[in-house]
Amino acid sequence: MTTYALETKSVVKTYQSDSGVIQAVDDVSLKVGAGEFVALVGPSGSGKTTMLSILAALLQPTSGQILLDGQDLASMSDVDRVTMRREKIGFTFQANNLVPYLTAVENVELMLRLNKKLDKVGKLRARELLARLGLGERLHNLPGQMSGGQQQRVAIARALIHNPSLVLADEPTASLDTERAYQVVETFAGLIHEQGRAGIMVTHDLRMCEFVDRVLSMQDGKLVRIYTGKEEIMELVKGGRH
Amino acid sequence: MKQILSISGYLAVKEVWRNRGRFLLVSLVIALITLLVLFIAALGEGLGNGNREYISKLDAQLIVYQAKSDYLIAASRLGSDRLEEIRGVDGVADAGKFGAASAALILPGDEDALKVALLGVEPGHTGEPQVVEGQQLGSDDANEAIIDRSTALRTGLVPGDTITVRVTQGTEFEFFELRVAGATTGQQYSLQPSIFVPFDTWDRIRPKSAAEVAIPNPVANVILVRLEDAKQVEEVRQRISAEANDVEIATLKEAIQALPGYSAQQSTLNTQGGFTLFIGILVIGGFFQIQILQKVAQIGVLKAIGTANPLVAIASVIQIVVVTVIGVAIGGLLAFLFSLTFPPTVPIVFNGTTSALAIVALLLIGPLGGMVSILYAVRIEPLKALGLSS
Repeated sequence: MTTYALETKSVVKTYQSDSGVIQAVDDVSLKVGAGEFVALVGPSGSGKTTMLSILAALLQPTSGQILLDGQDLASMSDVDRVTMRREKIGFTFQANNLVPYLTAVENVELMLRLNKKLDKVGKLRARELLARLGLGERLHNLPGQMSGGQQQRVAIARALIHNPSLVLADEPTASLDTERAYQVVETFAGLIHEQGRAGIMVTHDLRMCEFVDRVLSMQDGKLVRIYTGKEEIMELVKGGRH
Repeated sequence: MKQILSISGYLAVKEVWRNRGRFLLVSLVIALITLLVLFIAALGEGLGNGNREYISKLDAQLIVYQAKSDYLIAASRLGSDRLEEIRGVDGVADAGKFGAASAALILPGDEDALKVALLGVEPGHTGEPQVVEGQQLGSDDANEAIIDRSTALRTGLVPGDTITVRVTQGTEFEFFELRVAGATTGQQYSLQPSIFVPFDTWDRIRPKSAAEVAIPNPVANVILVRLEDAKQVEEVRQRISAEANDVEIATLKEAIQALPGYSAQQSTLNTQGGFTLFIGILVIGGFFQIQILQKVAQIGVLKAIGTANPLVAIASVIQIVVVTVIGVAIGGLLAFLFSLTFPPTVPIVFNGTTSALAIVALLLIGPLGGMVSILYAVRIEPLKALGLSS
């Protein structure tokens, strides 16, 4: 039987609004294996950001299960979900990714500090990872002294340094030009494959799907289509429609 | 817990250090508040001390006043018969007459006369201050004086010198020469430097109306009572009350509170100090609140990557404490340096206890002022802070 790093079962998220009940996520079930990089795409309001928040243990679903390494995030206490975020999940955001008063290497080491893993080996790994991401000369630069692309690469290093089971990226290329966006996502995908993490990237830019193994398309809260195989994905990329 | 403190301290110190200009500015504001609070406290202590110094240092536990004088020394008149009655009360170790008046000390050269408290005490009895230099007063009518430290500092007089006291008797100025027998510690009375003279000498040279001139009438203002057992204040007080007619009796604390203007002066200065601390709380609270509002997204990121609330809260507390301690240290140092430049005539006294209390209060205003911002930081929802909420 295949085991997945991440598995969701019939996840539902509803909100109460003045106009009635809004079904932000509607019965979504998905599986992501270790070393698999998946894109979550869909138009605005399709529920992909809500789904990402649920997968990141930042939001409780109304019903359903989210199994990360076999542990159900949906039934955990707040404190346990904070621990899961710290130990098992890596996260990069659209912007404001880094702690502005910590240097590049300190930002990466922060994850090791929080996980009580900052030893000599950890420090060396942080430097090596940043060097691999082309930031060997920027180790001691503050975020304000780096470009958007460089900041995103530091965020990628931070998301991976503590060996999480799941790495999530929310629109990681939103503030980057095309060339830098390709570089960032390609590097991200390479590391996820190489380190055997389960990776999910939310993006509205279908061109970035070139580097993923599967594309999950959402609409009106539902998972409407799954693109697998290089050809199918490239067709989607070229077509530019969800 | 050690881990939380270690990471909180790391984050707090890194942020302060990397934004040291901004944080130093707040520390300087706290330093100015500290300077102000310490000076108000020192001024309160100095003024209060100038008023109560002699009484607070008395080797006595009770002060006997004329009945219905409302514990006002200047309004009280007690004759020698009262003194004998009080000395005979069981539990009284000693009692001495005390008279207070004002005089001018004529200084050599063109210097202005120094206004002093001319205090009459009985040599060898309660009320006569202990000299730290020179000798105690000789006899009841000796032309001698003990000067207090304040008088000595302002005049440069030392034991063995001769001083000239000017008073008004009738409508004329009269001048009396006295030999400085000894010098004592600070013993200001009514915010004036003091000179102590034997009681009969005091009665002879004190300011008098025309009717009183040349009529010896050694009436004291009050009688100072030293007890055999300092713990039996209430018992002896009741005995004196029963055995001596037409008197009212105060403890030293009550007597100090009844000094003219003392309570009003102290409460005014305490209110000023309190308001300054309150303004400090608002200033620090405002700064940290603005700072937290500016870094909502940053705290959101920290929480999203698994930083627990206690860590965020403790980091904020450490930051506030660091900024406050630096501010108070700078303010304290400035206050100390300024205090060295003040002449003895300025009633500023940096009393250890008062300054320590003010410093503790100042150190507390940081965490108090920052409390709202800490609560705000703890309540930041990473989802909202990162713009992920629907």
